[in-house]
Amino acid sequence: MILPATILPALFFYLFASICVASAFMVIAAKNPVHSVLFLILAFVNAAGLFVLMGAEFLAMILIVVYVGAVAVLFLFVVMMLDVDFAELRQGFLQYLPFGALVGVVLLAELLLVVGAWVIGPGIPSAITAPIPTTMTNTEALGRVLYTQYIYYFQASGLVLLVAMVGAIVLTLRHKTGVKRQNIADQNARTKDTAMEIRKVTSGRGLQP
Amino acid sequence: MIEFWTAYIWPLSVMVSQSLLLLVILLIGIAYVLLADRKIWAAVQMRRGPNVVGPFGLLQSFADLIKFVLKEPVIPSSSNKGVFLLAPLVTCTLALAAWAVIPVSAGWVIAEINVGVLYIFAISSLMVYGVIMGGWASNSKYAFLAAIRSAAQMVSYEVSIGFVIITVLLCAGSLKLSAIVAAQDTQWGLFGWYWLPLLPMFVIFFVAALAETNRPPFDLVEAESELVAGFMVEYGSSPYMMFMLGEYVAIVTMCSMATILFLGGWLPPAPFPPFTWVPGVIWFVLKVLFMFFLFAMAKAIVPRYRYDQLMRLGWKVFLPISLAMVVVVAAVLQFGGLAPK
Repeated sequence: MILPATILPALFFYLFASICVASAFMVIAAKNPVHSVLFLILAFVNAAGLFVLMGAEFLAMILIVVYVGAVAVLFLFVVMMLDVDFAELRQGFLQYLPFGALVGVVLLAELLLVVGAWVIGPGIPSAITAPIPTTMTNTEALGRVLYTQYIYYFQASGLVLLVAMVGAIVLTLRHKTGVKRQNIADQNARTKDTAMEIRKVTSGRGLQP
Repeated sequence: MIEFWTAYIWPLSVMVSQSLLLLVILLIGIAYVLLADRKIWAAVQMRRGPNVVGPFGLLQSFADLIKFVLKEPVIPSSSNKGVFLLAPLVTCTLALAAWAVIPVSAGWVIAEINVGVLYIFAISSLMVYGVIMGGWASNSKYAFLAAIRSAAQMVSYEVSIGFVIITVLLCAGSLKLSAIVAAQDTQWGLFGWYWLPLLPMFVIFFVAALAETNRPPFDLVEAESELVAGFMVEYGSSPYMMFMLGEYVAIVTMCSMATILFLGGWLPPAPFPPFTWVPGVIWFVLKVLFMFFLFAMAKAIVPRYRYDQLMRLGWKVFLPISLAMVVVVAAVLQFGGLAPK
């Protein structure tokens, strides 16, 4: 029995892909939203596995660091903090079903269009079939195009994220008056003279103001 | 059939036996690291530490292991049972998984991947899930409060660690752990390692690693005075042991990361005999133990941080410094003509 060299990657592909699809389904099927987020994380991790199989190891690791390590943690925080009656939440399910189905169909059509353009586009077959260069690592190859050819897009996306961050801070910042704040420089600048006062207390009379 | 044997079964069995060997050595090492931690702590406080089980208490960790395993695991009735039991498993498995890419000597590594640093970083950013899941699934106020606190702490300090790693990567010019060690192999030996040119980053990495692994003085997760035992308060028996094991493996992983990034990995401290006669793995273990000694001393002599001070240190002190250092290091490398090709 001789197995072709592609069988191991194929086996792993079906493993990752099936777990990914199944956990993506469980994200919407799970009753408990915390379980949903945990299934979402499982889906992310398996997608990272698929990236590794395609030779995109850098993307796989970044997917885990950014989405699983940071974004999903915030999701989980929000979901855990929410006090929602889930049975009540489920009652409107049928009411929103047509709208949800519509969104799903639109997304599916768009995905098909993207894939179609990818398949029939000019120059694409050579891009797909080109072997992964062995002299250059994945990270280096990405860096070379990201910081030369696409530098403006890269910087622009950074600016968009910055604006979003500043916006979030501006929206949630409240200047409360009368809040005691700690100023570390002030605290460190305190000396014995400024912090203490030594008074003589006469017996039986106490401190006179 | 022969091809099947040579193409699949043989490499697979080699890989499995290598991994098992590493795991066994690592776990026995962890048992003694735990003992060393308690002994160092005891010595600082002028106590004897564990000294009853075996000569000098050398079998204490194994006695603890048997005690934990033989106890009855108690699962709170109102807890979320699946997630409750999954949390310690996640912690322990992830901590052990990081060791797949750590090179203990030249070529001694289970998986030599190109993005080794990112892999370790990804694994350590996943460690927060064990804490959150454990805290939430326990269905207890103390556990949940501690989990939230701890998650915020781990996420905050990850950012600084990321920037520290970036400065090292800029100097080494590779994401591969063995290439980072090789880049520190200079004629100056000890003084060519990155701890000297990147000294501020080494200090930041050490402190952030303490916070990332929830070690004292940043052990607000456990904070026994306020939060009983933090997110592990509902755990006992083997699940608790797995949390502890995961925690200590993560600490040793952080020590070996510090060794690889700043202390030259398996390189001898001076590039001439008799230092070069000693095998690389011994230097690696010695350096990891040195880092662990620093961790243990920090636990013994530094009082616990207050939570707001911890957050201030992470976001207002370490983040700006490490961000500025990335720019400075990049500028020096670029304009000084020192950048790796």
